[in-house]
Amino acid sequence: MGASNSIEFKNITKRFGRKVANENISFSLNKGEILSLLGENGSGKTTLMNMLAGIYYPDEGEILINGEPVQIRSPKDAFRYNIGMVHQHFKLVDLFTAAENIALGEKGRLDRSRIAAKIREISSKYGFIIDPDKKVYEMSVSEKQTVEIVKVLYRGADVLILDEPTAVLTPQEIGHLFTVLRAMKADGKSIIIITHKLNEVMEISDEVAVLNHGSFIGKVRTSDTDPQKLTEMMVGHKVALEIRRPMPKDPKPRIVVNDLTVRNHEGVNKAHHISFTAYSGEILGIAGIAGSGQKELLEAIAGLQVITAGSIQYLPDGKKPMELVGKTPMQIRQAGVSLAFVPEDRLGMGLVGSMGMSGNMLLRTWRRGKGIFVDEKISRDLAEHIREELDVSTPDIMYPVRRLSGGNVQKVLVGREIASAPSVLMSAYAVRGLDINTSYTIYNLMTEQKEKGVAVLYVGEDLDVLLELCDRILVLCDGHVSGIVDARTSNKNEIGLLMTTIGGQQPSGSVPAGQKSGKEEQQDA
Amino acid sequence: MNGLILLIYNAVLNGAPLMYGTMGEVLTEKSGNLNLGVEGMMYMGGAIGLGAAFYYEKMAGDGASGLVAVLLALIFAFLAGAFGALIYSWVTISLRANQNVTGLALSIFGTGVGQFIGEYMRVQEGGFVAISNGLKAFFQNSPFPAALRAVPVIGQLLFSYNIFVYIALIIAFAMAYFLNKSRAGLHLRAVGESPATADAAGIDIEKYKYLATVIGGGISAIGGMVYIMTIAGCVWNHDGLAGEGWLAVALVIFCLWKPVGAIWGAVLFGALMIMYVRVQIPMVPDQLYKILPYVVTVIVLIAVSLRRKRENEPPASLGLSYFREDR
Repeated sequence: MGASNSIEFKNITKRFGRKVANENISFSLNKGEILSLLGENGSGKTTLMNMLAGIYYPDEGEILINGEPVQIRSPKDAFRYNIGMVHQHFKLVDLFTAAENIALGEKGRLDRSRIAAKIREISSKYGFIIDPDKKVYEMSVSEKQTVEIVKVLYRGADVLILDEPTAVLTPQEIGHLFTVLRAMKADGKSIIIITHKLNEVMEISDEVAVLNHGSFIGKVRTSDTDPQKLTEMMVGHKVALEIRRPMPKDPKPRIVVNDLTVRNHEGVNKAHHISFTAYSGEILGIAGIAGSGQKELLEAIAGLQVITAGSIQYLPDGKKPMELVGKTPMQIRQAGVSLAFVPEDRLGMGLVGSMGMSGNMLLRTWRRGKGIFVDEKISRDLAEHIREELDVSTPDIMYPVRRLSGGNVQKVLVGREIASAPSVLMSAYAVRGLDINTSYTIYNLMTEQKEKGVAVLYVGEDLDVLLELCDRILVLCDGHVSGIVDARTSNKNEIGLLMTTIGGQQPSGSVPAGQKSGKEEQQDA
Repeated sequence: MNGLILLIYNAVLNGAPLMYGTMGEVLTEKSGNLNLGVEGMMYMGGAIGLGAAFYYEKMAGDGASGLVAVLLALIFAFLAGAFGALIYSWVTISLRANQNVTGLALSIFGTGVGQFIGEYMRVQEGGFVAISNGLKAFFQNSPFPAALRAVPVIGQLLFSYNIFVYIALIIAFAMAYFLNKSRAGLHLRAVGESPATADAAGIDIEKYKYLATVIGGGISAIGGMVYIMTIAGCVWNHDGLAGEGWLAVALVIFCLWKPVGAIWGAVLFGALMIMYVRVQIPMVPDQLYKILPYVVTVIVLIAVSLRRKRENEPPASLGLSYFREDR
């Protein structure tokens, strides 16, 4: 093999306390190729790559570069071996300009014009668009990612590691990213992409290495495999990758939002003149770039946001219509509108980490006690019920939910909201960070609710899933309703355009602030 | 007119210890370390700075050089503060202990050490530690020639202060240049903003944190020495320094983590501190005047948070310890 073998892992093991993150992993990366590292969340992909980047140090085993065993003890060492990693959570100093971030860690005098010139050279070589003097906190997500990649190239990396690079990008931005990656590959760079999206694996990579629960399952040429086979490798058994989607039965308007404008705590309007209707018995998906007003919209309906204008009509079955604007969160919840919001850190909103399942149920049932006392039996029964129903694996219902795995935490959260038998169920990022099996459990829960006649509002990140799960998809763009499409006939490209431009038109003068960069990159692609 | 000039003159004089205390803490906080031990370090600097000048004069006798005394006081005060900051650094950076708790402990420890040394010297020397009037002049008089000082208005406003005011100005501008223009300054700010980023860029986090905190602590401690040697009249004074360090911590926020801003802030705070002597309003008790610096700090904090300009916010990782393998 010799020179064609750029990086080789040999029997790598890494433990965190008693938890084994990587066990006896061996495989290699060919020079000038793109390798996808595939695995579910928590399968140890990022840990393994962090060892290559010098963030962690392996407990056992060795890493070989061009056949030579090397010690990578710090990120500095990784640079010396021309390895660069773009982390999932960008490692950028928000307050610095792109150029300052890119040149960070260099030695010698700070010569800004020389740095800018080198950045421009790299940009034109691979087709990046970057303004060296722009501050990072003014950038969109895709611009930040560009800075990260340029930073790695600026440092002279021959081996690039990208950790979930597409998770935060629109389909158009992903297209552009892949174009750039192909240009780098043509230039002789080796690239490792960490991902769990199968269609991207098939599109971009030459080889796929699969991890499962910290162990190496195997490596295959992309041309010799297909998504079904890869999923089986990834999960360890056969999985039906289909989401059941019955037609809505007898849909009736349940929530009518009219001309809603929401202002956040900092006095900035995050949702502008939003109007839509959610029907009973249907799943209404909500798509948009992160931070386009999804959270504010759902919270406004739940009564948690300041509403500056507009109305939210709630039309429950057999009862008289109700205006939700001006009601307290408690009144709205008791009327049957339920919100299950999974924030990025999962526990931040909705669950109390140090309390057990039972205690967290109490957050909803405490009102049902007598007088000044709470009735713990109600919450314990509910916790036991959810544990059985959703197969939550916990040693005890008193066991702190903080110590449960992400999937179980989310089952508790979603389960509690469903248990209140809502007539409107709102959920945001319900499958964030979950493995495939649990994700499909959650999807099926949503569908079950829909069949019961509940109006489900589902904010999701994965457009493929939204297109398979929902009946209609509302696309938000910078706080505006960019369009509402039929999920059965729409496609990713259409939604992607709606996400970046209001109405989905081709770029014109009326591009909303903050989205401009995304457009520029599309034009370039 | 004369009253105003006198007010400004006294404001600068009273602000000088705060300039050092604040600049030192600015440097420390730029590395992401919130060292609440400024009060303690200033006490240590005050007692040990005075001790250095006093024992030097005692040994050298009549031949004592004022310049040497000033230099020794500066160096020993700096070392005293650097020592305190080194303890703090070891506990918070290497052992990753909570910064607030450690800083408060250093405050109490340093105050105790300073008062012990000060009182011990006083008792040893028969109840009174003071340097001779000849040496005092070097600490308290302007380094500029009399002709320059005699220029009306400007002479008093610009050239009449003690040497420490001018040294503070030099440090402020040097620090501003270092932070904003040099590679090392960029790295230091990166460490304070986002240590994980700096680490991934191959910057030695521990080195920058240690150096900034230790040097910053030393600069802060000089403030204590300046207070004892100028305002307090070169005499150990049991409670004279009380509160100076805490004012400096407040000033860091007031000046928005900018060294040159520390100069203006210190002068303003100096003015507020002596208002009750200079601008008396009948029926208003002194105590109300004395809370003015804190009231102004609160007002500035509110104004800054309303504007929400990213450049005016504290270093993003301020108060947090960093461990690379943290999950």
